[in-house]
Amino acid sequence: MIKIVDLWKTYGSNEVLKGITLTINKGEILVILGKSGVGKSVLLKHIMGLELPDKGDVEIEGVKIFGLEKPELYQVQKNMGMLFQGAALFDSMDIGTNTAFYLENHHNPKTHKSFSSQEIQKRVTNALNMVGLKDVAHKMPSELSGGMKKRAALARLIVYRPSILLYDEPTTGLDPLTAQQINELILATQKELNGTSVIVTHDIHSAMYLADRIALCDEGQIKHIAKPMDFLKIDHPMINFLKKSAFLQGEKRCQQ
Amino acid sequence: MFGKIKSYFFKACVATGEYVVAIADVCNATIKRPPKWRLLREQFFNIGVLSFFVVTITGLSTGIVLAAQSFYQLSDKGLASLTGLMVAKAMIAELGPVLTAFMVTGRVGSAMCAEIGTMKVTEQIDALKSMAVNPNSYLMAPRFIAGITMMPILTIYSTIMGIFGGYIISCHFFGMASSDYFYPMPQHITMFDVHTCLIKAALFSVIFITVCCYKGFNAKGGAAGVGKATTESVVISYICILIADFLLTIALNSIYQEILFDRR
Repeated sequence: MIKIVDLWKTYGSNEVLKGITLTINKGEILVILGKSGVGKSVLLKHIMGLELPDKGDVEIEGVKIFGLEKPELYQVQKNMGMLFQGAALFDSMDIGTNTAFYLENHHNPKTHKSFSSQEIQKRVTNALNMVGLKDVAHKMPSELSGGMKKRAALARLIVYRPSILLYDEPTTGLDPLTAQQINELILATQKELNGTSVIVTHDIHSAMYLADRIALCDEGQIKHIAKPMDFLKIDHPMINFLKKSAFLQGEKRCQQ
Repeated sequence: MFGKIKSYFFKACVATGEYVVAIADVCNATIKRPPKWRLLREQFFNIGVLSFFVVTITGLSTGIVLAAQSFYQLSDKGLASLTGLMVAKAMIAELGPVLTAFMVTGRVGSAMCAEIGTMKVTEQIDALKSMAVNPNSYLMAPRFIAGITMMPILTIYSTIMGIFGGYIISCHFFGMASSDYFYPMPQHITMFDVHTCLIKAALFSVIFITVCCYKGFNAKGGAAGVGKATTESVVISYICILIADFLLTIALNSIYQEILFDRR
């Protein structure tokens, strides 16, 4: 379970997070929806422990992560994985090495020894097969399209089987078909790892397709949180706008 | 006006504090978990082997110019035979360490800053952290170790090249005898000069590697930000190297004088 308690963050004079309180249950997919620049990605980075808040705390499985020493924080982070908006693949390494990166830099938690090269090879092949990239292991990130990069970054997560997955705008900048492929992969990964997922997006289609619950982030706060169908019933200018743009536009076009 | 100065001073204090913490973190991480040999080997090759060409050119040309200047200035006073000693002393104590540090900062330090800065702005550093890998340990420690190891070697090599360059111009252009060029060196160049050279080289490598990595880790704002950080890293490294050179020269010579005085 992830518990966010009264989280505040300011950059210079810009107040980004203004007292966010949120609980994400074990095994659920929570989608955080909101406009660009309302602090969704910043919130995700706080959950991951990549940013320090001005005030407030994040609890991961009962452990408050701010104030932990680096080695203890790393222990918590080993059970978490994050898919970055731009994929954040290491551009000096090929896709295979990117995918194997975690395994080559950490010990096997079961044996407390380094992963064997056969184990690494097996896991990398499985992960790349799962995301449909088995033939690109030798390619460099710069040789891949945006969608392929996102899939490769997902393979890099799957390979070490984290129990908490954070996705920062996984479908942004992708064509609808590739976006749907990524959505399917997120669901498949969730099923495979049986973990907890937090997805930040401004894509209402993805949100409706993926979420167990949807939270609306606006002005640095969580304004509403509800199950997908109940979420659409909420009377909020942004939700109304999203509904219009997502459904009515499509309907109008169909009628024409 | 006062507010701006106060703000700059505050920022400088914060940056200095962060810089010291980063160095402490690198030392701590290196001792606790030394970098993998694969990462070290890459940096040894990058900092050491790939710098040999620029260091050769720098050493040779400095030695040649220094010998030519010395020969013209000293021959007027009948002291042309001291050209070799002049070149060797200057190369070992000052020009070898400083110019090598400048060239390696320009070639390696700027690339380090740009590489780490690009990783920062494209969230690759965050990706490292999210996989529970300490970026200081993974990115900075191998460069730190390789720099401290390779810089003294490069400096010695550059110094030898400088003396060799001086020899070529003095003996083959000005017609000095080889024995005249080399003869005063063993008598007047002491182990203190060699130690000074090595200590300076090691310290300069610490300066430029930590400054360039620190600036890279703190780059922000896309390609323009990385460019700005790279320029700043080289300029700050050069200034710090020059200040450290002055302070080290004073400190080491004072210590040496004390030791000599005690012996007497």
